Amino acid sequence: MIVFWILAPIMVAAALGMVFARKAVHAALLLAVVMMSLAVLYAAQDAPFLFVVQIIVYTGAILMLFLFVLMLVGVDSSDSIVETIKGQRLAATGFGILFGVTVAIGVAQTTVGAVVGLDEANADGNVPGIAVLLFSKYIFAFEMTSALLITAALGAMVLAHRERLSPKPTQRDLAERRMRDWADQGKPLGPLPTPGVYARHNAVDTPALLPDGSIAPTSVSRVLQVRGNMRDVSKELTALDEPDKES
Amino acid sequence: MDPTPFLTLSALLFTIGAVGVLVRRNAIVVFMCVELMLNATNLAFVTFSRVHGNLDGQIAAFFVMVVAAAEVVVGLAIIVAIFRTRRSASVDDASLLKY
Repeated sequence: MIVFWILAPIMVAAALGMVFARKAVHAALLLAVVMMSLAVLYAAQDAPFLFVVQIIVYTGAILMLFLFVLMLVGVDSSDSIVETIKGQRLAATGFGILFGVTVAIGVAQTTVGAVVGLDEANADGNVPGIAVLLFSKYIFAFEMTSALLITAALGAMVLAHRERLSPKPTQRDLAERRMRDWADQGKPLGPLPTPGVYARHNAVDTPALLPDGSIAPTSVSRVLQVRGNMRDVSKELTALDEPDKES
Repeated sequence: MDPTPFLTLSALLFTIGAVGVLVRRNAIVVFMCVELMLNATNLAFVTFSRVHGNLDGQIAAFFVMVVAAAEVVVGLAIIVAIFRTRRSASVDDASLLKY
């Protein structure tokens, strides 16, 4: 019971944090906290098999899947504050609290008979006990899960598959396109300029300088420029202009 | 061990998950809240399994986990497919069926 009273506040706090977390990654990590604590509660309630399955399947597989998809979809895709339905947030919270109070009162008012405990059922060990039930009483449901899993795997493959609408460009096509770009738009045929090399910096976020001292825009990846991660080299530039001042 | 605290915790987690589903707009977070609700019911299953002294409740929790795994795979695939076409993971944006 000590385990429960330690873990229950942590779980409730993590679950609440999940609802209020602004970033989806934080919500995923808080969900991991809840799931690990649940696994410990399973272990405390004579369910060692579910303890292991909870950690392997939920925190191991499902949460990793969540995090992968978060990386695909974009980590900083935070919620919009705008309400599509007016007052929906408030109403949802109100009904949620009402529902919680109702269920809590319902649970508190029911009397559960004497706790039998799993010592007898787990006499041969928890895993053999579950296996005996799974392969006798629940054999049909167990076989149906295999169909479900295959269907889910196929469905995920069909949904995530992207049909190629145009043929893949070959090396010849790429070379011809490069030549055409050079002829029509004057794009350089060779590779783009490398990042700048300074006494202190030579990373990819450092812009190179053109002969007239201005920054070569193609020397830094466009992604870094859009993100605003390009290094500010104005200090180096002024030092270049006035070499006496530095020494 | 008295089962009532476990059941109350389960109800509380389920409520928080349900409120999260209603309040949040990001499809992935909504999905996580659904997972939280499934986990809360699993806790109730395991508790009742101990109260009744047989393993049927643990089997039920096991099946819930299997179905949750399948559901997550398909659901996340749908979210990725929608994100690819609409560049958004918000549940409010996928509302074309309304019109």
